[in-house]
Amino acid sequence: MTGPRILVRGAGVAGMVTAVALAEHGAHVTVHDIGGRVGAGASWFAGGMLAPWCEAESAPDEVTQDSLTSLNWWESHVPDVVRAGSLVVAPPRDTPELNRFGRRTSHFEILNAPQIDALEPDLAGRFDKALFFAEEGHVDPRKALLALAQRLKQQGGQVLTVQAINDDEFDWVVDCTGVAARTMQNDLRGMRGEMILLRCPEISLHRPVRMLHPRIPVYIVPRADSVFMVGATMVESDDTRGITVRAMTELLNAAYTLHPAFAEAELLEANAGLRPAYPDNVPRVKQNGKSISLNGMYRHGFLLSPARAQEVCDIIFGTDRA
Amino acid sequence: MQFYGTELSSRLMLGTAQYDSPAILADAVKAAQAGVVTVSLRREAAGAQAGQAFWSLIQSLNVPILPNTAGCHGVREAVTTAQMARDVFGTDWIKLEVIGQGDLLQPDVFGLVEATRILTEDGFKVFPYTTEDLVVAERLLRAGAEVLMPWGAPIGSGRGLNNLFGLRALRSHFPDIPMVVDAGIGKPSHATAAFELGYDAVLINTAVAKAGNSAQMATAFRLACEAGLAGFAADPMEERDMAVPSTPTLGLARSLGGEML
Repeated sequence: MTGPRILVRGAGVAGMVTAVALAEHGAHVTVHDIGGRVGAGASWFAGGMLAPWCEAESAPDEVTQDSLTSLNWWESHVPDVVRAGSLVVAPPRDTPELNRFGRRTSHFEILNAPQIDALEPDLAGRFDKALFFAEEGHVDPRKALLALAQRLKQQGGQVLTVQAINDDEFDWVVDCTGVAARTMQNDLRGMRGEMILLRCPEISLHRPVRMLHPRIPVYIVPRADSVFMVGATMVESDDTRGITVRAMTELLNAAYTLHPAFAEAELLEANAGLRPAYPDNVPRVKQNGKSISLNGMYRHGFLLSPARAQEVCDIIFGTDRA
Repeated sequence: MQFYGTELSSRLMLGTAQYDSPAILADAVKAAQAGVVTVSLRREAAGAQAGQAFWSLIQSLNVPILPNTAGCHGVREAVTTAQMARDVFGTDWIKLEVIGQGDLLQPDVFGLVEATRILTEDGFKVFPYTTEDLVVAERLLRAGAEVLMPWGAPIGSGRGLNNLFGLRALRSHFPDIPMVVDAGIGKPSHATAAFELGYDAVLINTAVAKAGNSAQMATAFRLACEAGLAGFAADPMEERDMAVPSTPTLGLARSLGGEML
């Protein structure tokens, strides 16, 4: 047993990606989550969009730059990564939002109505203009997290859900517990997000569609078996209750606006979670001796975990071995 | 100019919604040197004090807070929200919004007057978000408001001052009432125009929050407000329908036809 023994707290996307990356460096990794399972927190409700260029609309350049390697990381670590790009549309009266989005982002082409129809036939005739980010991708967050747990097991690591675990048995502790770490980090806050899952066999989409609106921008991400994830609200709140009527109404309206056939969809799930965020909404790695924290993933958990996990590996193993 | 007996350090009021991050918001407030920041309190979040982390960030900006009832569509909802805001922020100031029309987010002026009366009787100092309508303004003042916040244009539309005539009439009809142009301001020049009409302050949110560089836009608005305020105070010249040469022509040689030589 030559590699260091490392405890990763939190089996969300930050913790699982970090655990797998550490195990690849030869570490003996134990992931611990008091939630009782992999993905018991905010990651379970994520969109799973791997969209470095779309995110530039509201995120600093650093987020885009650090996430460029993310697509390749996911493709080489979990099955079913879809690289079909992402589509950004706006209802006719919100076209100014589309112009604004285009000014803030890059790596897209502007599509006209026939081009939209060719790309997403079920949206035919519904939009005159769209932005197409061809290089982006998406994953199903739940499948991806479970695949990472499987992979970790194959690497000799383990995921424990026991109540308590003794830090002293480990050489390093990496805390990836999201909003639960607020008690230790007072600059961390919760950003409530609400989402729904719909099943709608009448519609097929091949890529995430973002629909812009000045107040409630939403995205619809296609999953397997005619399931669509619609999300997500952004509320400055630590409220952990279930989804509100207001949020559900907004999300359902957005789905219906994208395509009226969603009116006949089956509502499979409605949920709420808390994204952890620092004041600048950028995920950070912090070190204090043998304790490392990776937190503040905000809405960039799937997008930025690979790059931030690399930073954790650099601290533990040195940059030359990376 | 005092708002309910309080002199503000600046006539620029800044909303705190829609910024890309609290860090960017803090930079913008600093750059704007805002005299007041407004903050909305969503009712569902208030119950459990769940928005506390964000509100603490707002309070740490050390700028007077004007809570608002944004998103309230009825009198009772607005009154309840105002009462929660008083508990959370420890201020009796409330920017009162009662929305009557979802598409234009146009004030429900009937509900607004009613809510102003209820809140004033409850000890609140009400800043009602209203239209430029003179009769409504009169009723709001009678209901107890001592400040008026007429819209420039619908919330978030960035269209500037839609009804110059109406805003000018409102201003001249109530010369002694502190008035803030709220909503619809999209560019710094719109803010300057509001001060040039004699308004006492402007409230801006989306124009700064959704700018590509919020802090830079906040600076631009600060300068625009200063320009408008100083321009109005300096008593601008009157408009004329014909040119008036700025250089005196008396004594210049003229040809017989009248042209200057």
